[in-house]
Amino acid sequence: MPDKPEAETVEIFIMGKKYEVPKGLTIMKAMEYSGYQYIRGVGCRGGFCGACATIYRLEGDYKLHTDLACQTTVQDGMYLTQLPFTPAGRKQYDLEELEVSNNPLLDLYPELARCVSCNTCTKTCPQDLEVMDFINEAIRGNIKEVAEMSFDCIQCGLCAARCPAEIPHHHVGQLARRIYGRYQAPESEHLDERVEEIKNGVFDDELEELVNLPEEELRERYENREIEA
Amino acid sequence: MIYMKDILYYPGCSLKDTAKGFEDSAIKVSEEFEINLKELSRWNCCGTVYSLTDDNLMKQLGPVRNLIRARDEGFDRLYTLCSMCDNTLKRTNKLVKEDEEKLDKINNFMDQENDYEADVEIRHYLELLRDELEWSTVSDKVVNPLEGLNVAPYYGCMLTRPKEIGLDDPHEPSVFDELVESLGGTPVDFPYEAECCGSYNTVDNEEMVLRKTQTITAGAGKSGADVIITACPLCHFNLDRRQADLLEVAPNHDPVPVLYFTQLMAVAFGHPEVSKFEEHAIDPRELFEPEMKVGSER
Repeated sequence: MPDKPEAETVEIFIMGKKYEVPKGLTIMKAMEYSGYQYIRGVGCRGGFCGACATIYRLEGDYKLHTDLACQTTVQDGMYLTQLPFTPAGRKQYDLEELEVSNNPLLDLYPELARCVSCNTCTKTCPQDLEVMDFINEAIRGNIKEVAEMSFDCIQCGLCAARCPAEIPHHHVGQLARRIYGRYQAPESEHLDERVEEIKNGVFDDELEELVNLPEEELRERYENREIEA
Repeated sequence: MIYMKDILYYPGCSLKDTAKGFEDSAIKVSEEFEINLKELSRWNCCGTVYSLTDDNLMKQLGPVRNLIRARDEGFDRLYTLCSMCDNTLKRTNKLVKEDEEKLDKINNFMDQENDYEADVEIRHYLELLRDELEWSTVSDKVVNPLEGLNVAPYYGCMLTRPKEIGLDDPHEPSVFDELVESLGGTPVDFPYEAECCGSYNTVDNEEMVLRKTQTITAGAGKSGADVIITACPLCHFNLDRRQADLLEVAPNHDPVPVLYFTQLMAVAFGHPEVSKFEEHAIDPRELFEPEMKVGSER
């Protein structure tokens, strides 16, 4: 019987401790392979939720790299740790009571004015957003531009962790998108129509039926549901 | 079609917000010279105030990046309108042109941008008028000569100081005077032409700025000025907006409207409508009524 081929491995360092893991694993799976169990710092495993922010260096490279653990495969000589949460003050506000004409972004996050345009945020962003550019737009009060340029932000917070001016970029972008959605974006008619349908109880029977299904049947329906591949 | 020459232009934040009339009038006036003010397609804040901290290069990154972007777009000159942007960009440029070690360090830090080779020149729009187009070209475009209009040239601090980067003599500046003459107006001799407006004290020491505003605007009025011109959005804020505040506590004050120099040019060139005068706290429109009518008929 031929020998089972050995999986090619790479050497990585998780918080300074050496592990040998199969090549091709994502950082997240490599950590699990090495015996770590995620309780926080993991979510969708698909690159959307922003929970698994990771920072790493590669041997012989001065750069501090940032990425999502679920999206990046391990490399030989990777020194890594996860940064599942970045403390960054998120302001309390009532969207209905914001003075939209008076640059609420700068009003709620005056630290925006500390930006020296060093561009570290942009270099850090695992989504490749032009973070510094939208911070500049935020200072100028251009809500729409901030909303559009930050649209793909997944709130991982790495920018805020690296910013020398201590700006919580992801919260600023989120506020801009909320203001844009509430006050500036064109209304979508189909959404209004659907909301009206819901209000008028068009879907009540369907929902009621689901709520009353026995667990077995609900499970079967879930497993046989139509879903995009 | 008229051939328009592109010049690369750095607006800065104020010209996109509180000083929109400055930008709009400059764009319109430039068209008369067959010049297209081509906005730098990506830019960040100039830095606002030049950092005097010798060993903290972090504050120089923003201005240097704007210079790199100008070079990336294939230009070796970048024109400014706002005198604070002009001042900050010129001083940073001077710093890195004269100190190779600092430039190296900045280039090493900005390792995702092209290196800056200290090969871009910052020019203020007034230098374009005076040194490249010359005053006779400006005079040629005048359709409404500002006859009988007394204009107080207000230079403030940033256009002329420090003298290493200033575009005119810091003690006896004359570029505004020459501009006013070429528009057919009369520059008035005015003792506060280079007096500080109070600058950012407007944020937390309003009373001091009110006093400065009173000194400067009343001084201009006493010298016979009908209007004051400036190139600085912050001076404009302090002399215009704070003058309106001043009127509340000093109702006897005789207000003098404050214009960006390009707005005055737009009036003389027959396009007063581009200046957004309605946004000024001290409305200058009464002064230009006949010209405004000409403008609106066009």
